[in-house]
Amino acid sequence: MKHDETLDALIERRGVSRRAFLKYASYVATLMALPPGSAAALAEGLAKAKRQSVIWLSFQECTGCTESITRSSSPTLENLIFNFISLDYHHTLMAVSGEAAERARVEAMQANKGKYIVVVDGAVPTKDGGVYSTIAGVSNLQMLEETLRDAYAVVAVGTCAAFGGIPKADPNPTGAVAISELSGGKPLINIPGCPPIPEAMTGVLSYVLSFGKLPELDHFGRPKAFYGETIHDRCYRRPFYERGLFADGFDDEGARQGYCLYKLGCKGPTTYNACATLKWNGGVSFPIQSGHGCLGCSEPDFWDRGGFYRPLPTPLGAMGPALAGAAIAGAALGIGAAVAARSHRNGASATTGKDKE
Amino acid sequence: MDLLAFARGPALTFALAVFVLGSLWRLIGILALPPWRDLSPAREGAPPDWLAALQGIFGKMIPHKTFLKGGMFAIVNGYVFHIGLAICVFAFAPHILFLKSLFGLSWPGLPNGLVFAVGALTAGSLLAALAYRLTSPVLKLISRGDDYVSWLLTFLPVITGLAAASHIGARYETLLALHVLSICAFLIWFPFGKLMHAVLFVFSRGATGIRFRHRGAQL
Repeated sequence: MKHDETLDALIERRGVSRRAFLKYASYVATLMALPPGSAAALAEGLAKAKRQSVIWLSFQECTGCTESITRSSSPTLENLIFNFISLDYHHTLMAVSGEAAERARVEAMQANKGKYIVVVDGAVPTKDGGVYSTIAGVSNLQMLEETLRDAYAVVAVGTCAAFGGIPKADPNPTGAVAISELSGGKPLINIPGCPPIPEAMTGVLSYVLSFGKLPELDHFGRPKAFYGETIHDRCYRRPFYERGLFADGFDDEGARQGYCLYKLGCKGPTTYNACATLKWNGGVSFPIQSGHGCLGCSEPDFWDRGGFYRPLPTPLGAMGPALAGAAIAGAALGIGAAVAARSHRNGASATTGKDKE
Repeated sequence: MDLLAFARGPALTFALAVFVLGSLWRLIGILALPPWRDLSPAREGAPPDWLAALQGIFGKMIPHKTFLKGGMFAIVNGYVFHIGLAICVFAFAPHILFLKSLFGLSWPGLPNGLVFAVGALTAGSLLAALAYRLTSPVLKLISRGDDYVSWLLTFLPVITGLAAASHIGARYETLLALHVLSICAFLIWFPFGKLMHAVLFVFSRGATGIRFRHRGAQL
């Protein structure tokens, strides 16, 4: 496939009907809550879009993000978008190519200077010069700095790239940081999740390809279209929450009735993601529908928020020692105050008695 | 650490520690004082001390008819926001979870919509109490800074709780953090201001009951 081939040409070559393509454009426009007229503009923009050079870097991660996206629901137009982009380098997929893959990255950077998009999954270790993760002898830190230098934009895929994720979890032995801390002012889109929803990724890519700009982002750099509402707001179990009907265990009557999982530590109320609407595996289900509370995986530091099964309204950390210390100190102060009051009164009585004598 | 983690973590631990320390300090400081002894013989028909104390505590919950006419608004309004606060604190599922994490006890909650309605009524009642305090010449004269601070620190958890429940004004996690922080302020102030009446009223009314009944006064 040539770099200057348009998506329109590719679609024609693959035998995809115009109707199917327009349906996809409408679907993406709806997903991203774009105004009604935007579907046509999106379709037009996509049709004229030329192959976008993408360099995909994988750092401290588990490959779950790549697994999620490469296994997104079978042959669909989303896949076509992935086929359409020129994935010039993908560390995980091209690992067997060794030095040849590294050369492809450098060549793509030179050939598309200022135009290529860098997609990163994984956090970057910074402690001890970043020695904790290297690729072809180059530290992640060096590779990111080098690749970002002439990039058009950077997309941090997954919570590790977006917020540091599990590598950054306390005690963060490798000094892992999010891409936002190293992006050097390059336009950045965070698509967090452990892993992120594939449609969020394709939706954002389609938007960038069509309109040539970044979508509207929230204060964490997440596309508002996918991260604008909490899981709780869109959860089908929400009516049970409002009625005060909760599951108290994973196998009790409440769980069997499908009641709200709030008491079991569900983080839906403070987690912004589209799981409850887009769902997973082609819209089959999502964690809450499968009977487990939301872990809050698309939020910063989700791993260090006091435990997955600790309900939201409960205090974080162990309070026992602090409260026991406070109780002992309070009791001692109270007894001291009473003793002082008694001795003051006894002293006053003695003085009064003496005066009377 | 974000605002919610700070509120649920260090802020809440500190506030609860101050609450426990201050409350025990004041309570033990009062209860460990030498007991009051009336050397005079009790009037004929005076009940035992425990009964007199109970009469003092519960008998005063309904004011004497002499005071009902002039103080009806303050009495009814006082009951509305006190009961409202109790429902909001003890009957809202997330609050029950919070109390369970502290004491290990839990009980069924009320539907959120009902608690929300009670919360709104409570907020209105608290505003009415403030308006009454500001417009009544006598109340205004005897009010001190403590009264207004205590009112504010009671009102803030109610209003931030309503905002968090209805997602009005900011993102939910921010509203929840503000709600928790307002409770922290309430807990820190509680032992040192007039909010301590929530605990002390039992002892002061009980002691008054014993003294009055010992002397033959009716309650």
